[in-house]
Amino acid sequence: MNRIIVTLFTVLLIQLLVVTKTFSDEGEVKDCFEKLNRATFALNMGLDKVIFKPISKGYRKLPSPIRTGTGNALNNLSNLITIPNNILQGDFGSAANNSARLLINTTLGIAGIFDPANSFGFEKTEKEDFGQTLGVMGVGEGCYLVLPVLGPTTIRDTVGSLVAMNGGDVWHNITVRDDEEYVKEFKESDYWASRVTSGVNFRAKNLEAFDAMERNSVDLYATVRSLYLQDRKKKINNSSEKTEAMDDGDWDTLENQ
Amino acid sequence: MKILKNVFVSILILFFLTNSSWSKSASEFISSVTIEASNILSSKLTDEEKIVQLKKIGENAVDVDGVGLYTLGKYRKTLTENQKKQYKELFRNYFLKSFAGRLVGYSDAKIAVLSEEIKNEKYTIVNTKLIGTSDRPEVKIDWRVYTKDPENPLIRDLSIEGVSLARAQKEEFNSIISNNNDNIEALFENLNKFLEN
Repeated sequence: MNRIIVTLFTVLLIQLLVVTKTFSDEGEVKDCFEKLNRATFALNMGLDKVIFKPISKGYRKLPSPIRTGTGNALNNLSNLITIPNNILQGDFGSAANNSARLLINTTLGIAGIFDPANSFGFEKTEKEDFGQTLGVMGVGEGCYLVLPVLGPTTIRDTVGSLVAMNGGDVWHNITVRDDEEYVKEFKESDYWASRVTSGVNFRAKNLEAFDAMERNSVDLYATVRSLYLQDRKKKINNSSEKTEAMDDGDWDTLENQ
Repeated sequence: MKILKNVFVSILILFFLTNSSWSKSASEFISSVTIEASNILSSKLTDEEKIVQLKKIGENAVDVDGVGLYTLGKYRKTLTENQKKQYKELFRNYFLKSFAGRLVGYSDAKIAVLSEEIKNEKYTIVNTKLIGTSDRPEVKIDWRVYTKDPENPLIRDLSIEGVSLARAQKEEFNSIISNNNDNIEALFENLNKFLEN
């Protein structure tokens, strides 16, 4: 029954996405729930100040090899979501590369703490998720959302997360959903520990950048929204080359005035 | 014969002088700006002194007026002449304070120029990277250099890992204006508040 409800909910959301895309102006993502989003953003900023920032500062004091090893292990784990999405996006080369990385780093690299795959010529590629795959398939972002604790997202990316949590993420399956057919060693707490550590690792890497942004913005909420949406668009287009993100259009209108 | 030699030498000197101004590529411009900023940031100056120096760099290297107009987006056309004048001054002060404030926290910022792509006669994109440290990952930074006047290139945007800061600024300002019934005075009020702090 639960699965039927989730499937129906997902279909409804996808329909909403398509409709929203069709009617959105100039391809801009609508902030349909801005008041609520701003309130959630304020809550998240409060949580960050009291919990996440102090923890991240403490994490930064750990020796560099420990932080590097933790980052490597988390990256290795993320391959479990990236590989199926490489396949869904038709990028079989990256899927093969990431599968080799996962295999080598999990074994020779001791649970991904080290990255020997890089030395064998299997270089790290961009992470992929189900939200990005939906984007590649042409599904629009839908409305912009700010979720408590989790932060900025869109309806499409939320659907992507639901797909991951309903069978799309192998790591989630073997920890939270007790899919013990192949692996029995992991518990639900391992999944949540990996998610929290991933958040802390990201926050710790961006302490100065976030501080500077907070101090120098006149509307921090709008800045974060812009940065998030630009970043997602870049990832969906897989545009590692910066020039693609630097569209001349806006600047040209300036020239013509 | 001596006259001919002098003429030849003069032409050569003129050629080299002219050529040297042509050869100041966007990459060299970005390289010199980042080295100058890096030297200031790693110096023993106080933060206040660093901010003064960084503001000078911002003033000389960035097309502040151009960026200011860009960040108004669709509201650019709605400004009266008086508002334009007021905004130009406000934005300059805001930008320089914000620019220096964002940079002053980095004491070990070293940037390596990787390549450049000439998009057209007006723009060249210079690709660089901020060298990573044990606390901070390597970051790709791309600079949009306005080259309409080749002898006086100016920065118009920088993109960090593909995310445009000018666009983020535009969306921030547009959000303030649209949330205040499209009243541009609300933006002025916010900028003034920022400058007072």
